[in-house]
Amino acid sequence: MVPIAYYLVLSAILFSIGVAAFLVKRNIITIFMSIELMLNAVNLTFVAFAHRWHQVSGQIFVFFVMVVAAAEAAVGLAIIIALFRTRATLNVDQVDLMKL
Amino acid sequence: MHLVLFFIFGLLCVAGALNLLLQHHPINSALSLIVVMTSLAVLYLLLGAEFLAAAQVIVYSGAIMVLFTFVIMLLNAGVEEHTHGSKAAYIVGFPGAAALFGILAYIFLEQSDRLGSAKLGGYLATTHDLSQVLFRDLLLPFEATSALILVAILGAVALARKEH
Repeated sequence: MVPIAYYLVLSAILFSIGVAAFLVKRNIITIFMSIELMLNAVNLTFVAFAHRWHQVSGQIFVFFVMVVAAAEAAVGLAIIIALFRTRATLNVDQVDLMKL
Repeated sequence: MHLVLFFIFGLLCVAGALNLLLQHHPINSALSLIVVMTSLAVLYLLLGAEFLAAAQVIVYSGAIMVLFTFVIMLLNAGVEEHTHGSKAAYIVGFPGAAALFGILAYIFLEQSDRLGSAKLGGYLATTHDLSQVLFRDLLLPFEATSALILVAILGAVALARKEH
């Protein structure tokens, strides 16, 4: 018997680490990976709540999050490759094309 | 048994996530993220989500992370540089994330009694149950995701194409 709250706290830990990595990291690929970490933390919450209320809707939602994450990864990595071609850097501080 | 498995794979998750934060080379971060996602698949299995555990291994640790490692190797990116901007992020980022964790953990533990607990094998959502909902009630959103994936593929190809 594991309290559902433990699963939720674990997901909170993962989400907070994802937020910290998003704010601290300077490499655009690592920032992207921390977004994936945050999505995974939220997925764990959905599965835990689906288990709690014996509903499959939570799991369906995780399925859709996975689909969107896959699409996002494909487009985002293509943008990173295009960016690297023009700027030859992955540092977010040097990528300020849209700065006024 | 359930508690032991939860703590083993939960600790593995947290260790992998911390490793992602502490490593300076993106390839090391990507490999530790694969550890996180695979242990999350085991946790899904403990929560009775067998389809999602398989999908997690195939889609996340299989497809998405391979894409990440492939791009890191393709771009041959080195160790990330420390810049002036990262100092402010250190000052704001870590306390902010700690505060977020504190609030969330407090709320979840406060409501612990109402949330109940999970038993191993207590509730199992089979692929059959999932497909019943997905293909009958949510057929339109499911079909919409296929359009989304198609647009994403086209976008990726258009963006990554070399311009002459």
